[in-house]
Amino acid sequence: MTPLSHYLIFSGVLFSLGLAGAIIRRNILVVFMCLELMLTAANVALVGFSRAQGLEGVPVYDAQLLVLFIMAIAAAEVAVGLALIVAMFRARRGVESSSLTSLKD
Amino acid sequence: MLQNLPWLFLVLPLVVAAVDWLFLQRCPRTAACCSITSAAVCFILCLAYLCGMQTGSPSVYEWFPLPSHSLTLGLLMDALSMKMMLVVTGIGLLVHIFSTGYMRGDTSNHSRYFAGLSIFMFSMSCIVLADGLLFTFVGWELVGFSSYILIGHWYDRTSAADAAKKAFITNRVGDFGFLIGILLTLGVFGTLSFSDMAGQQIDPAQSGVLTAVVLCLFCGAVGKSAQFPLHVWLPDAMEGPTPVSALIHAATMVAAGVYMLVRLQVSMGTDAFTPSACVVICTVGAITALLAALMATQQDDIKRVLAYSTLSQLGYMVMAAGMLSGEAAMFHLYTHAWFKALLFLAAGAVIVRCHHEQDIWRMGGLRRRMPLTTLCFLLGTCALVAVPGFSGFFSKEAILTAAWESSIPLFVIGALVAVLTTFYMVRLCLVAFCFTARTESAERAQEADSAMLIPLLILGVMALISGYGFMADTLVPFAGFRAHDFEFGVPFLTGLLALIVGGGLAWFVYGRRQKKLDTDPLASCIFSRALRRRLYIDSFYDKVLIGGIQQWGAAIAHCVDDGVIRRLAGHGTALFVAWCGKLLSKIQCGSLRVYVLVSALGLIVAMILFAFTIIH
Repeated sequence: MTPLSHYLIFSGVLFSLGLAGAIIRRNILVVFMCLELMLTAANVALVGFSRAQGLEGVPVYDAQLLVLFIMAIAAAEVAVGLALIVAMFRARRGVESSSLTSLKD
Repeated sequence: MLQNLPWLFLVLPLVVAAVDWLFLQRCPRTAACCSITSAAVCFILCLAYLCGMQTGSPSVYEWFPLPSHSLTLGLLMDALSMKMMLVVTGIGLLVHIFSTGYMRGDTSNHSRYFAGLSIFMFSMSCIVLADGLLFTFVGWELVGFSSYILIGHWYDRTSAADAAKKAFITNRVGDFGFLIGILLTLGVFGTLSFSDMAGQQIDPAQSGVLTAVVLCLFCGAVGKSAQFPLHVWLPDAMEGPTPVSALIHAATMVAAGVYMLVRLQVSMGTDAFTPSACVVICTVGAITALLAALMATQQDDIKRVLAYSTLSQLGYMVMAAGMLSGEAAMFHLYTHAWFKALLFLAAGAVIVRCHHEQDIWRMGGLRRRMPLTTLCFLLGTCALVAVPGFSGFFSKEAILTAAWESSIPLFVIGALVAVLTTFYMVRLCLVAFCFTARTESAERAQEADSAMLIPLLILGVMALISGYGFMADTLVPFAGFRAHDFEFGVPFLTGLLALIVGGGLAWFVYGRRQKKLDTDPLASCIFSRALRRRLYIDSFYDKVLIGGIQQWGAAIAHCVDDGVIRRLAGHGTALFVAWCGKLLSKIQCGSLRVYVLVSALGLIVAMILFAFTIIH
């Protein structure tokens, strides 16, 4: 059986990659993907906990249920987010995050 | 109920003062009547107590309840306080009556004047009857206040307003010491009440603290009794109406310091007055007596001569108190009160009749115009210069005897002051009352009216007889006082010699050239100029002390205003806020990535805090 720490390390690496991507990349589309990556990292951690907390090979299903919720919300977010990105591309002819400074002015 | 009758000494004048001040502003005659009645009632009450009336001990008011020893306001009705009370109310009553004559024709507000007199009677009674330093201090401040009001009665004169301020502020300097002394007393004796102090044994090891206690309390006396170096206010206080000078600045209030010292000697015991403290008290008294007598020899204002003579006599009394001879001090206080009140009131009558002329060089020849006033003034003078047989002679001899027994230098100073006293008083009498009138107002002066003459005559009789045993034994404010008759000894002969020398000198200078005597023949010499300028002590205070303090105060105020408040608090705060704003505005750069970075960092910090503080 895989120990909990492996799940958590994997989840942490995944989250860090997502965060780094969200900070470093300029393309909003990629940033968006990185956000999904971070959500996935959270899901991995939840599944890991669910297994670790389980007794005699039966996991705690509460956590896995939560994962399903997160996936559903992530799907909804993708729908809204992609629509926004398409609208932004249409309006500005580009999806560079560094050009999004109009609120500052 | 009857046992609280002594509180009437305080309540009655206070109520009358309030009524005069608040309701009788437009009826000065009624106000005067009320004040005179209250003074008369106090005087009669006092006489009744001295004649043996008993009403039991008055109740005590607990002011500050403390766990260890509560601070109380109580009345002490012993021989010292009741006989002092008789002097205060007696002279007070005569001055009230004299005032009606003196203030006639004066346009100022008489109700305010009589209200002031009544407040003074109330506050002076507080000091005299107080059983405890706390109550004394309350009265102490109140007499300062009433003195301020009465000196500044003619407040539209700048000099009077300034003199009132000077008197009040100079007194405050002494009062700080007094207050510290009261707190020290509470620390050493554990009580402020005179009657509780009386039985206490004094630990000889405490002599250092006791010296501090006595000297701090003496500071109060220095202020109130106008001793060197705080004597400067008394001559200026002569700006007030003359009856006020007689009552407050000659007979009673300025004697409060001496009374307080003697009261302390009676209650704490003379052991509490350590030798070093006594040396300081004697020295201050002797310096005051000598300097004031010197300055009095060259004053031209009739009231100022008397004011300096008061200073010098107060110096005598303080000196006697410092020699632990409270008996002599109180004897002199008692005789001085009568004859100095007489001198001031007579001077007041002269001033009124010469149309408010106070310069003795613009008087002259008054003995023909105002014979009875002159007679009264002469009686007072004889008592002051200690002509044998007059009251002042006995009390001055008592002080000189005490000095002869305790220290020769003090005795020499006392004798010298006696010579000077005779000199300036004979000078005053010669210049103001003898020879021919020098101005028209002196030429046309009329005899004083009865409201002024009756008090003068009563005081004149008192100045003559109050020193003899039959009066002094019952009236001198000191328990077990015994007056003695003529005793031929060194002090007696010295007093006589001083009289002859002083009188002879004054006659030699002022009496011989009576034809052409329009200015002081001594005025041209440097020493006399210094004396006229009050030995430059007042100028020193004005220029160096007050000027210096004001400059320093202004500099410090400027530093605080300009440096701390304007620069630091005003500009500094504005600059700091602007700088913070500039710094914080850099966060709002508009770059999405930076926002994410900052939130991520914030998240990490929050997690670290969460992990290391909450969980543990």
